[in-house]
Amino acid sequence: MSWILALPLLIPFVTAIAVFLLSNSPKMSARVSLAGSLAGLVAALFLFAEVASTGVVAGQMGGWPAPFGITLVADMLSAIMVVITAITAVAVALYALGEIGAEQSRLGYHALFQVLIGGVSGAFLTGDLFNLYVWFEVMLISSFGLLILGGRPEQIDGAVKYVALNLVSTILFLSGIGLLYGETGTLNMADLSRVVAEHPDQGMMTLIALLFMIAFGVKSAVFPLFFWLPASYHTPGFAVSAVFAGLLTKVGVYSLIRAFTLIFVSQPEVTHTILLWVAGFTMVTGVLGAAAQSEFRRILSFHIVSQIGYMVLGLALFTPLALVGSVFYLVHHIIVKANLFLISGISQRMTGSGELYRIGGLYAAAPLLAALFLIPAFSLAGFPPLSGFWAKYVLVKASLDADAWIIAGVALLVGLLTIYSMTKIWAEAFWKDDPSGRIPKAPQDGPPLWPCYAAVVFLAVLTICVGLVPGPFLAFAETAATQLLSSDAYINAVLGAQE
Amino acid sequence: MEPLLAILVGAMTAAAIYLMLDRNLLRFLFGLILISNAANLTIFAAGRLTPGKPPLVPEGADAPLSLVANALPQALVLTAIVIGFGLFAFALVLALRAYEALGTLDTTEMRLAEPREDRDAP
Repeated sequence: MSWILALPLLIPFVTAIAVFLLSNSPKMSARVSLAGSLAGLVAALFLFAEVASTGVVAGQMGGWPAPFGITLVADMLSAIMVVITAITAVAVALYALGEIGAEQSRLGYHALFQVLIGGVSGAFLTGDLFNLYVWFEVMLISSFGLLILGGRPEQIDGAVKYVALNLVSTILFLSGIGLLYGETGTLNMADLSRVVAEHPDQGMMTLIALLFMIAFGVKSAVFPLFFWLPASYHTPGFAVSAVFAGLLTKVGVYSLIRAFTLIFVSQPEVTHTILLWVAGFTMVTGVLGAAAQSEFRRILSFHIVSQIGYMVLGLALFTPLALVGSVFYLVHHIIVKANLFLISGISQRMTGSGELYRIGGLYAAAPLLAALFLIPAFSLAGFPPLSGFWAKYVLVKASLDADAWIIAGVALLVGLLTIYSMTKIWAEAFWKDDPSGRIPKAPQDGPPLWPCYAAVVFLAVLTICVGLVPGPFLAFAETAATQLLSSDAYINAVLGAQE
Repeated sequence: MEPLLAILVGAMTAAAIYLMLDRNLLRFLFGLILISNAANLTIFAAGRLTPGKPPLVPEGADAPLSLVANALPQALVLTAIVIGFGLFAFALVLALRAYEALGTLDTTEMRLAEPREDRDAP
């Protein structure tokens, strides 16, 4: 039983060691990295099938019973997130075949990438707050390495801000852990759920909860803590920024959802009200920030911020339907956002720049790319029948059901402004002619372009599938939301699971 | 002992925040190192201090016979110190590279990735 939980962690780390040993042979290490990611996807799907059929799966590593042992636990939300992580890993590993050259491979791109995937999966599967901190650090240190890989001055500049603000968040998280342990004497999340609810000093618990909210808020880039994200996400390589855009902030959102459904639910009038305000401001500032930008990836980076607002909105409303919306939005957003960053990579390969005022003519030169751009772009903006429409529909419906008229209006308005940004990219990069008169064309030297297209098509097909057949995905999200709202199954699985 | 540690943590945090508000990247990092050690001390103190009672299990017994110090916070702090050490080693090298590549440690001057004039007139 615990093997099925450990495999999504073990496979990336074993792959990381293998590609590290192969790092002098770029072609081999890229292929091994892709093979490892595919194996990870198979393992993740097995775990998902197990969770879908038997409910929450928990295991104790090292043989000590909970709450003393190292708990790994997968409820529906964790299982969904692990699968979507593995899908992103496959797409980006495929794309890397067409982007990562010999130099970056020698510097350790593939190994760092696999460690990052392992860290993200670990954060989704752990059942212990201190282990969550450790997985955050695994993720953080490998993302540092990926961010500065190659060492261009822009990357160093972006990395300074990324590193500084993320380290501050780490320290807040650690202080929160210390104080919570001092008050409750446990760090096992299932155990905490019980102990925190029965703690006599609820004011103190809420205070600690706010410390966690700030720490996870920096990670998930919510207003007003998001400044590191648009400062850095447009600087690294495209495969790197796609995996960052898809996964890293979502680990923060996942942690927020986990902490504020399982552990800190005793004073929702404080915590969830703050989250609601945060969600609204995050949506609006992100989309307005994007409107002011003219660089392909910087526009997309600000949109990550704005979309995070929707996910937090679902958590803040704290109704079953709203949580369904949050979970569905997480899945939709990871696929779409990673895809848009990958497309921006192909666009830059063909035009030589990411600055929208300097490029153009992509529609005439690469109609396939133009069509592929429209799928995630329309999905992001919420056009039916793509995945983003259902995600937004569920969230707006949940807001209206909860009589939160203003936030529903904000969510709709932000969707409208998202169309504005996507139209801007379309008009500048694809529709208009290149201002200097050159015709976009990929340079002949360098790695082949087809793996990049394959990755983009893979993610675009997923977006269409989720959009056309939303039923099963909504059903999974509903199961996840039900488990989040009544945490008994989670607690019983962890505290009852003795090896 | 706990009040003393609490005051120490408070003083360290105050000094760290003062340093972190500086525009100089190096001073910011020194502040970060200081505040991370304040966090470590917080965990240490939160686990309650029991001086002079090492958590040792005597031969032939399964558990300590009397009240002993809580070893778990110390294990947590140890992990946090190791991780923090790695991160700060990286951050210091990054600061060095930033000085080489950007020619400054003043964070307000670091605008290469976010130029003030975002728009090049076509």
